[in-house]
Amino acid sequence: MDNARLIELVLSVAGTAEEVKNTTPLSLSIDASALILVCEQLHKNPETYFDMLTCVTGVDNGPEANTMEVIYQLYSIPFNHSLMLKVILPRENPEIESVTSIWKSADWLEREVFDMFGIVFKNHPDLRRILMPADWNGYPLRKDYKHEETYRGIKID
Amino acid sequence: MKETQYIFSPDSLVASEPNKFDASKLKSEEMIINLGPQHPSTHGVLRLEVLSDGEIIKDIVPHIGYLHRCFEKHAESLPFNQIIPFVDRMDYLAAMNSEHAYAMGVERMLGITNQIPKRVEYIRVLVAELNRIASHLIAVGTFGLDLGAFTPFFWIMRDREHILRLLEWASGARMLYNYIWVGGLFYDLPVGFEQRCREFITYFKPKVIELEQLLVDNKIFIDRTANIGVLPLNLAINSGATGPMLRGSGLRFDLRKVDGYSVYPELDFDIPIGEGKMGATGDCWDRTWVRVREIHESLHIMQQCIDKLEGEHKRTREFDPQAVVPKKIRPQAQEIYVRAENPKGELGFYFRTDGKSDIPFRCKVRACSFVNLSILPELCKGVLIADLIAILGSIDIVLGEVDR
Repeated sequence: MDNARLIELVLSVAGTAEEVKNTTPLSLSIDASALILVCEQLHKNPETYFDMLTCVTGVDNGPEANTMEVIYQLYSIPFNHSLMLKVILPRENPEIESVTSIWKSADWLEREVFDMFGIVFKNHPDLRRILMPADWNGYPLRKDYKHEETYRGIKID
Repeated sequence: MKETQYIFSPDSLVASEPNKFDASKLKSEEMIINLGPQHPSTHGVLRLEVLSDGEIIKDIVPHIGYLHRCFEKHAESLPFNQIIPFVDRMDYLAAMNSEHAYAMGVERMLGITNQIPKRVEYIRVLVAELNRIASHLIAVGTFGLDLGAFTPFFWIMRDREHILRLLEWASGARMLYNYIWVGGLFYDLPVGFEQRCREFITYFKPKVIELEQLLVDNKIFIDRTANIGVLPLNLAINSGATGPMLRGSGLRFDLRKVDGYSVYPELDFDIPIGEGKMGATGDCWDRTWVRVREIHESLHIMQQCIDKLEGEHKRTREFDPQAVVPKKIRPQAQEIYVRAENPKGELGFYFRTDGKSDIPFRCKVRACSFVNLSILPELCKGVLIADLIAILGSIDIVLGEVDR
């Protein structure tokens, strides 16, 4: 399937879909509310059949832009086609639906994004911190993160 | 040095890494068993919280992060060429492969992929395949060790030593090389390297068959691994398994063939898959067998690379492995996801650059061990505790990459 048809398909489900410039592979920015619908469609539709969710990335655009992004890397094994799905969220109380019901691999990948950015994935079966200790303060990969001086008497430098 | 390094109180352990299961809410036959983080069979610092009914596992929760070294945070303040040593330290058993993937990603962003000299590409593939063999040897040998087979471990360590010495000769380091640079190599191969590689292949081919006979075809080994930890193909794809995990489940999927990056399209090699010879397709035995077959394929690839390096692209006085290495790495503003086949699966890099600085705005690693390990709870429902060790060993994780 070529990119034009893919954009058309996402557009018909999501309502709005914007192509992001200068990306490899093709990247589409969609509304957070349409995420589950789009993902279900991309997963099930025999034309697209994105059967693998390889990566979930969080990006913090910094306090000036005041937005965060969640980026899903989808891959379809039978069609050898890749797609980057992008959702833009506000920086205060970012919330998004979890896609664990569609791809099981989303489980830990979303937990990592939650751990590093504080983006809450609704309906996630087990949303806990994964890499950082459970009593860690703050979300380390946010651009304005300032690390604490000590953790339980251990100096951090 | 400070007198007190760590203020100990029993509560702090509970607060920093609490159990998921509440001991007071268990049924009378259930118990929580803690495995690790300092247990040899967990292959590093992995902690497993096991909810069991006698010997039968009901549920299992992996706790990771003990080896978290903030790779992604560091990468946001380092120039692209200085990130390479950090990349080495993720999957420290296959550092060459990770470097190769990383260098490829940055080259693709700079648009210099086609300018890389062929000799550089062949050397890259040669050292990457050497490292892949070393990584698979560790995977197979330590798996045997987990199951009580002690001898193969010494054998693989003996043979791996030859590989490490070869790579040390080329790069100066045994495990963490910093050899593959963006746009080239640190140095050309030392004189006589190709010949020594040939000698190694001649020496090593019968040793792999020996290893196969001793371990993989062993009756006890088959009894311990066949029909254990069966990963059906649809679950494997849905939960993002890649590498020998996915191929063990019977899908002929290898990024070296699918994406055809570097000079892999010019090389001839097979993709071994699990066929369910000893039990169901996708069991622990299949995964190990795929790894052993891949060692043979890697040797075959190495052979072809050496032929090319001694023939078509042979060493010349003018050859400069750093000819295309950019003085300043400043890619245009873009987003890119690059992936490559590591010994353990698909290693992916997501980069975002702003075009104004030499450092990435965001550099995310899709670690294959991390995603492969997340399948462990699915695989371990209703198995015996002894089989848990077998399943974990067959996944082949490196905690350096899981935690990054």
